[in-house]
Amino acid sequence: MSLLALSNLTIRYGRLTAVRNVTFTLTEGEILFITGPNGAGKSSLLRAIAGVTPPAGGRIDFAGQDITGRAPEDIARMGLSMVPEGREVFGSLTIEENLLVGTGMHAATRNWRSRAATELEAVYATFPILKDRRHSQAGLLSGGQQQMLVIGRALMTNPRLIAIDEPSLGLAPNITDQVYERLIALRAHRALTLLIVEQSSTRAQLVGGRMILMRGGEILLDGDARAMGQSEAMQAAYFGYGEH
Amino acid sequence: MQTLFDALSLGSLYALGALGIALIFGVMRLVNFAHGDVISFSIFALLWPSTDAVAIVFAGELPWFVLIPFVLAMGAGLSVVSEIIVFRRFRRANPATMMIASFALGFVIRYFLLMLFSSRPKSISLLPALSQPVEILGARIPLLQVITIAATIAILFALTAFLKRTRFGLEMRAAAENFTMARMLGVRANRVIMGAFALSGALAAAIGLILAAQTGTVDIQMGASVMLMAFIATVIGGLGSLPGAVLAGFLLGAASVVMQTVLPIDARPFRDAFVYGAVIMVLIFRPQGLIAARGTKERV
Repeated sequence: MSLLALSNLTIRYGRLTAVRNVTFTLTEGEILFITGPNGAGKSSLLRAIAGVTPPAGGRIDFAGQDITGRAPEDIARMGLSMVPEGREVFGSLTIEENLLVGTGMHAATRNWRSRAATELEAVYATFPILKDRRHSQAGLLSGGQQQMLVIGRALMTNPRLIAIDEPSLGLAPNITDQVYERLIALRAHRALTLLIVEQSSTRAQLVGGRMILMRGGEILLDGDARAMGQSEAMQAAYFGYGEH
Repeated sequence: MQTLFDALSLGSLYALGALGIALIFGVMRLVNFAHGDVISFSIFALLWPSTDAVAIVFAGELPWFVLIPFVLAMGAGLSVVSEIIVFRRFRRANPATMMIASFALGFVIRYFLLMLFSSRPKSISLLPALSQPVEILGARIPLLQVITIAATIAILFALTAFLKRTRFGLEMRAAAENFTMARMLGVRANRVIMGAFALSGALAAAIGLILAAQTGTVDIQMGASVMLMAFIATVIGGLGSLPGAVLAGFLLGAASVVMQTVLPIDARPFRDAFVYGAVIMVLIFRPQGLIAARGTKERV
């Protein structure tokens, strides 16, 4: 069953068209990488899906409902959680507080902390480092720990789909490995659907799954990441030769 | 001793005002210049419309436990209504546009009061029992001053507990730091903003109560002078930083009172010039404010 469906999505910033007529569907439980060079429109696409940038045209459906132009909080409450580029931790809040921000939609006002405790424990089980440092300020964490924190924070909203923008940004390769290891485990464990934006396609080929290659706001290729390999079209997308 | 209490009670007013401004700035980057008029409005809401010199409290002499919640509710109510009617439409506008809208709203409130009550100051006796002096360590301090300081401290503790311990407080802190991210975690933007406006309006009303009780007069300009100092306090405290706003409010109050006593007699009429001079010095050395707020600071 399709969980997320984009049809003819177009995003404009003023006169600049960042995304043009993008159409794809994402099935429940699938893992999809969106890759492509700088300025391909990957982040714009995610921001539109999360409701932050209203699209100029087209339509987005999530879990059978039209979410085009809906407010970010409504979309989050439907089970689509976004981990934006640059991570965006709440630096002045503690780690635990960061995690708890996302529980507002589930827990009742009374005893919300104890109700959230079960969810907290689940996240701490996945990322033990967060538990060790739960009362320290999130701004003091290293990049890798912050990445784990924001994934944990997204999990706290009990999502069906997590969209992550460049989880490897600014991380050492071995830390990126750790982050992906947890993501893959989570996906199996929680039946999550993952939508991951990365600039390079190497990670997608390593992890496997479906990959969409974008360039200049349009979809160039859509298929199995490993099968795509080092095809000519792939080379063309990044280095700009042999196309058109 | 007298000076200390003067400084603390004046500082309390500025701190409460600065908090009200910082709360709203924190969640929506709006410098609300209508804040001072909310202060006046919440007190005038007690009065029958008239142009007489003596204010007529419409319900006669209200007991304090009715009077105080009523005035606070008026401030909170007006503030929330102004959010719904005015500021909500400017949510996506740039901060300068919102600021000008707040000026306009302030004028509307002020001229509405002017129409009903005229610009003439009115004498009012709110909570007259509080003007009795009490003796503390040999100094005679008006009871009201003691209560002002105690109430401010109580408000600060309550607000801190609210922000730290409740879910709504947590959502507000998260939203103040990164509004878009908070929304992407399901935090309802409208609720948080309305909450900030309600709190800010209630704080404004508290200032109105204290001012009216202290001076025994009300006039439609009464909020303006506090508002100006409170605004300066939010700036030197670090825009959007609540602890900074409180600290700077108390510092400004202290600076005003201390300068009033230490400046030579001839220079006293220019006290405010000295206070503002000190403000400029602070901003030269700490342009980001005493306690810079997270959300406005560049992160690497």
